[in-house]
Amino acid sequence: MSRVAGILGVAAVAIALWQALVWATGVPPFILPGPGRVAVALWDARLLLAQHFTVTAAEVLAGIVLGSALGALTAVQLMAAPRLARAVMPVLVFTQAVPVFALAPLLTLWLGYGIWSKIAMTLLIIYFPVASAFLDGLRRTDPGLLDLARTMGAGRARTLLFLRLPAALPAFASGLRLAAVYAPIGAVIGEWVGASQGLGYLMLLANGRAKTDLMFAALIVLALMTVALHAGVGALGRRLDAYAAGRAAGG
Amino acid sequence: MTPAPGIRIAGRLDFGGGYAIDGIDLAVEAGRWTCLLGPSGVGKSTLLRLIAGLDAGGRLDGAITTTDGAPLAGRIAWMGQTDLLAPWLDVAGNIGLGARLRGERADPARVERLIGEVGLAGHREKRPAALSGGMRQRVALARTLMEDRPVALLDEPFSALDARTRAEMQELAFRVLAGRTVLMVTHDPAEAARLGHAIHVMTEAGLRPFPAPASPPIREPGARETLETQAALLAALRAPDGVAAEAAR
Repeated sequence: MSRVAGILGVAAVAIALWQALVWATGVPPFILPGPGRVAVALWDARLLLAQHFTVTAAEVLAGIVLGSALGALTAVQLMAAPRLARAVMPVLVFTQAVPVFALAPLLTLWLGYGIWSKIAMTLLIIYFPVASAFLDGLRRTDPGLLDLARTMGAGRARTLLFLRLPAALPAFASGLRLAAVYAPIGAVIGEWVGASQGLGYLMLLANGRAKTDLMFAALIVLALMTVALHAGVGALGRRLDAYAAGRAAGG
Repeated sequence: MTPAPGIRIAGRLDFGGGYAIDGIDLAVEAGRWTCLLGPSGVGKSTLLRLIAGLDAGGRLDGAITTTDGAPLAGRIAWMGQTDLLAPWLDVAGNIGLGARLRGERADPARVERLIGEVGLAGHREKRPAALSGGMRQRVALARTLMEDRPVALLDEPFSALDARTRAEMQELAFRVLAGRTVLMVTHDPAEAARLGHAIHVMTEAGLRPFPAPASPPIREPGARETLETQAALLAALRAPDGVAAEAAR
């Protein structure tokens, strides 16, 4: 409870500073609206914001789920086939030299203005961090445990499934935590490049009409979504960590 | 369990980088407990790993043979320096790990019996994190027994335990591994003096047999002959050239 109180306290101070800045500088509202105006915009545009939030949230969630699943499958596949991994890994690393954001126009061209180009964008951003973190974890299984498995006559596939995989869950969780940070960025940039829905689209629209208070409102909704996503993925990560360490979840 | 074979390791142990031990001839008697004593870093674990068929960081120019002529692969159980328990599996799951890794089903009645045999009744569903170091080694021992292999290779399994727990574990392991061919690597003269039907000392100068006390193991830690052997073993470790003379006595 004291932690929540602390966060609320810091937020109150930040809002007070924001208001003080607006008063002190006397900037017009279309450059920097005060917290009061933004709160009003938040309330007045709540239905609009909710509608666009739903689109962005769907893009982010779909991107995370698909990107993590593909990343995890890739890691397991590369672990199961070391020769393939030796051939593929350098290529995979090289593809990371292409800034994914630069692909956004291309994705919009190929996949259209709908949510699929944004899901693809999010997926592309998440895929590599998840795959490389998980692969790293799969490779770093306790060598003693692997020796034991060998003397037990274990096959490669079962060693991967029953030893390497559970031991690598914390590494997978690290990948997921990174994904939760990157995913909203991917979706919003996708929306900036070309969309008819979503918080990113709404921000551009509001900006174009000098409705800066609405832009701030969309930004706040986006920030809250990211925080919630981070908390959710963090909780999932703690469960995975606890499982792999044999501790009760949350303990 | 198939009858326990004897094992003979003969040849030159090459660790690379110019370090090698020549003239190794280690006979591990069938169904008995053999202790391989040596200081840390001398290469005893490497030798044990070679016998186990694991990546060892050294190679044997020579041969590992068995008294029954059959290969060792698939007939050894391994206990390492740490308990090597999977943290996410409970006690029963860890004991049945081998079966699971081979795609078999661990017989629950047998798991239950072994849990009782190593004194862990009532801890069946606990994870390793909830167990003490001694209890964890009990689980490791039960897992070794679950494998039911005629040969057990032990790589200093009790070295991290406190003195009392170690003594208890030595007694338990000796009792439950009876009838198997056991080769135990240790750096503790007291452990070798207590447990070995046969004792071999490995130093940079070579690997030599050392006379074990006359009475059969397991011996009382405080018995005179145990203590005398312990002291002689320590002397042999500290003066490697004296090992041969001591052995020839």
